[in-house]
Amino acid sequence: MPGIQGVEVLEYIRKRNYDIVVAMITSYASLDVAVRATRDGAIDFIPKPFTPQELKSSIENITKQQYLKRITHKMNQEGKKVRYQFLSVLSHELKAPLNALEGYLRMMQGKQAGELIDDYATPIERSLQRIQAMRSLIMDLLDFSKIRLERKEEKIQEVNLAELASDAIVTVQPYAIQMDVSINLDVRTNVIIMADPDDMEIVFNNLISNAVKYNKIGGKAEITIDSSDSEAILIISDTGIGITKSDTENLFAEFVRIKNEKTRNISGSGLGLSIVKKVVELYHGTIKVESTPDVGTVFTIRLPKKTVTIP
Amino acid sequence: MKKSDITILVADDDPDYLYQTVFNLEKAGYKTVAVESQAEAESVISKFKPSLAIFDLMMESDDSGFILCYKIKRKYPDVPVILATAVSHETGLSFSIDSDQEKSWIRADKYLEKGIRPEQLDQEVMKLLKL
Repeated sequence: MPGIQGVEVLEYIRKRNYDIVVAMITSYASLDVAVRATRDGAIDFIPKPFTPQELKSSIENITKQQYLKRITHKMNQEGKKVRYQFLSVLSHELKAPLNALEGYLRMMQGKQAGELIDDYATPIERSLQRIQAMRSLIMDLLDFSKIRLERKEEKIQEVNLAELASDAIVTVQPYAIQMDVSINLDVRTNVIIMADPDDMEIVFNNLISNAVKYNKIGGKAEITIDSSDSEAILIISDTGIGITKSDTENLFAEFVRIKNEKTRNISGSGLGLSIVKKVVELYHGTIKVESTPDVGTVFTIRLPKKTVTIP
Repeated sequence: MKKSDITILVADDDPDYLYQTVFNLEKAGYKTVAVESQAEAESVISKFKPSLAIFDLMMESDDSGFILCYKIKRKYPDVPVILATAVSHETGLSFSIDSDQEKSWIRADKYLEKGIRPEQLDQEVMKLLKL
């Protein structure tokens, strides 16, 4: 160009951090110039002479690249945002029980409710409950980090779903006895899938304990294991408090707990179902929920039977 | 006005915070009405005018406290309102009422971080009620 080289313009643009995509048009594309231009941010070279078609396809190419770059950038930003929200909610969830405990301890320290230990029965009972809830939050967080970090191909093995389900039932049994909830396992087909048994344990433990936790006194929980040609099908149903249609929309999000009169005395971290969904999706499966308030809830999980490659 | 003539409405879905706040306020000599949800708080407000209200920010929804604040101020403009939350500055979710724009629509009189000492709470209440 008169008085200035294309590469100089390129350098000028780069120094000012303009968000501009540059393609060089040149008649003598020496390697030297090409290297320097690419280093300074040129994306493409269009050698002279060029046909309109060549120019068009070059520009299309550049636009595509630029578009992808922006999308990636945007997704990264959103990823950061989601993570940030997760941490802030987590910190809220961890601080709330600590505040409660601190308050009760200060009350006792100042002997504000009286001289006798019996005067503090409620604070002590509540403190123990908060500690229990915090412990289950920490356990859920461990599950959460497991599915995020410990993805190991060598842990994938043949998993008998019926066996895992009955193990999970044994774990939940003491709680079920307290709630007088009967748990029934119906194995229609003995399904074996390729999976990390820890992952499947997370799924069963969460859903079966929920089926007990959100049930009515004297209610029923039913676990059905079945299969189609290509999928393992797990159905976990309960006769519990149920969920309204609008609440089911957010059910699988992190830290979402449905707050109402019926759930207020049930403790939970709000992580369980989000973990279950992540695991199921990791195995390219699906989870869906159908529920009627005061009648019960049915979770249906479908997992591909063929050997899955875990990313 | 005597403290025993003052009734404070406390709304919080954390049963422990509610228990402790009510305990501390009653210990300080106030009367209290305790509710565990935005819906209950709204029904109390519709029938009864408290001397002061303390609302938790996040109850059924993330902005329950703001909504209650708005509703109570519309019905009783002279009732002081304290918004309380465990959400703190360092997490990035801060809800202090600093900017003029926020002040214009979040008409709480005081924003308090949860975990406040009983004496401090008593002082804030006395200040707002000009005791």
